[in-house]
Amino acid sequence: MDPALLLGQIFNGVSVGSLYLLAALGLALSFGLMRVINMAHGEMLMLGGYLAYLTLQVVPGPLGIIAALPVAFIGAALFGAFLHTALISRLAARPLDTLLATWGVSLILQQGARSLFGAIGVEVTAPAWLDGAVAVGGASLPYARLFILGVAALVLAALALLLARTRIGLLVRAVNQDRMMAAATGIDVRRIDLIVFSLGTGIAGLAGVVLALLGPVTPTVGQSYIVPAFLVVVMGGLGSITGTVAAALILGLVVALSQLAVDVSLSQVILLLFVILFIQVRPEGVVASRSRSLDA
Amino acid sequence: MPDAAPGLARQFGIAVLLLALAAAAPWLLSAYDLNLLARFLALALLALGLVLTWGHGGILSLGQGVFFGLGGYALAMHMKLDGLAPGEVPEFMMLSGVETLPWWWAPFAHPAVAIAAVVAVPALVAALFAWSVFARRVSGTYFSLITQALALAFATLLVSQQDLTGGFNGLTDFQTLLGADLNDPGAGRWLYWLTLACLAAGWALVTLLLASRFGTMLRAVRDGENRVRFLGHDAAAYKIVAFAVAGALAGAAGALFTLHAGVISPAMVGVVPSIEMVIWVAIGGRLSLAGAILGTVAVNFARDKVSSAFPELWPYALGALFILVVTTLPGGLAGLRKAR
Repeated sequence: MDPALLLGQIFNGVSVGSLYLLAALGLALSFGLMRVINMAHGEMLMLGGYLAYLTLQVVPGPLGIIAALPVAFIGAALFGAFLHTALISRLAARPLDTLLATWGVSLILQQGARSLFGAIGVEVTAPAWLDGAVAVGGASLPYARLFILGVAALVLAALALLLARTRIGLLVRAVNQDRMMAAATGIDVRRIDLIVFSLGTGIAGLAGVVLALLGPVTPTVGQSYIVPAFLVVVMGGLGSITGTVAAALILGLVVALSQLAVDVSLSQVILLLFVILFIQVRPEGVVASRSRSLDA
Repeated sequence: MPDAAPGLARQFGIAVLLLALAAAAPWLLSAYDLNLLARFLALALLALGLVLTWGHGGILSLGQGVFFGLGGYALAMHMKLDGLAPGEVPEFMMLSGVETLPWWWAPFAHPAVAIAAVVAVPALVAALFAWSVFARRVSGTYFSLITQALALAFATLLVSQQDLTGGFNGLTDFQTLLGADLNDPGAGRWLYWLTLACLAAGWALVTLLLASRFGTMLRAVRDGENRVRFLGHDAAAYKIVAFAVAGALAGAAGALFTLHAGVISPAMVGVVPSIEMVIWVAIGGRLSLAGAILGTVAVNFARDKVSSAFPELWPYALGALFILVVTTLPGGLAGLRKAR
């Protein structure tokens, strides 16, 4: 096989994996903490994409996309806080019902975007400094994809610092380990839930900005990344950031490398088969949480 | 126990009454409405399976469209081959340059094989899929997410293999089934009664299952899977069987729906239709077979009326239904009656 082609696909895999990671981090954080999945998470990506579009209308220059990142993060995080307070915290003990209720939210948000911006979608033009590519070993690595990688790495580093070094991070880890015990020591677990959920939707908003660099922002833009992101959560292991990162990169590479042999649609099938095979070997996920409780 | 199967005799009485009323529908409704009702009753057959798996088994499938599609495509493939001379291929294949029939199409030329496949293929696929996940004790939300990925993969695969599956447009333009002309005006009535008979049979099957020891065990697995395991039972086996039965029901529903609609396409089997199937049951009542049937018919009639008058409003209405039913009415409409 052509080594340059292989190298290019590996780079693509890491790049797709970093998108899966940005889309899945929020899901994995909230799932670890509350055991619920927000089916409207894909629409947080969409929201981030439209916020990037709107920011670029106000700040058109080359730094527009940089300005869009905090706007999208804060916008999506605020919506997440609203969603958590109004709906998810009320359903906390019913994970499957949460899936359905948040799917309803997702339908409403998609149709809302269709009414506001039209079904065709809007274009976010990448700034000139993201045009072009760097050549490594015969493969060309586009700047836009390197930018995505950079954003993912920064988000990950910030999240790791937050969890490991701050008081909030300490509380999050405490609730993650043992919710009852944490509550008994006086931690306001519901506030921690709210903070983590908003943080997760905020990260999805960031993912929406970088997605907007790759293609038009449409009402269903989130849907194309959300199912792989769900699979990342399934494969990652409960509440483990390391597991989520590993699962996202593995699945990104599976998709990109399978496309060397088959077309894009078959790579979706291979992705699913890979996850099913993976849980035959490691049903507890890439990184297993060690616990004596029966229903972890 | 609010969710234990109610007395069989009472259920039987309600069933006979409803059945008599429904059997008279061809004389009460216009041909257009009769066709709609027939479609929705076919869908209700699928909903019965969701009551079994979701209501009583606690297994939320977001990929039921896959099994619906397998049944629908199995029959549609037969109808595309019906009336062709040996060696001929359906027209859509000729247009994409496929000259010889693929090997996996060939068995469907035989009507008995195709009709058996309508139920057997989805049941087998469902059993295999459920086994591969449940045997490793992966369940709950994880299972739901994997079923959604299954629906996405299935629909994507159908669309991409245009020359073998009819692609985005699916399979359509059917002429005959078992020698009967499907375009004959009387055919609609017979197909309606056939659907009603299948629905009644499905109802009886699921009612018996739920009232049997199997039903009790399934509810026990839902409420305390580990306790069931510690008592020495194979908890996964109950879930796999329930999922396979639901798959078979969905397959039969898909075949009947294909007959009424005259088409089966990826748009009916993917992620979005699959999750909408759950809302029919959520509204009717996830623990009630009658509720699931009424919910399916009601939501689909509402969809037909609302989406033809205000197409842009329907997604809002459906989204709001999802949120409202789950937050305020977890037992669905059937739950209202019980609470009173």
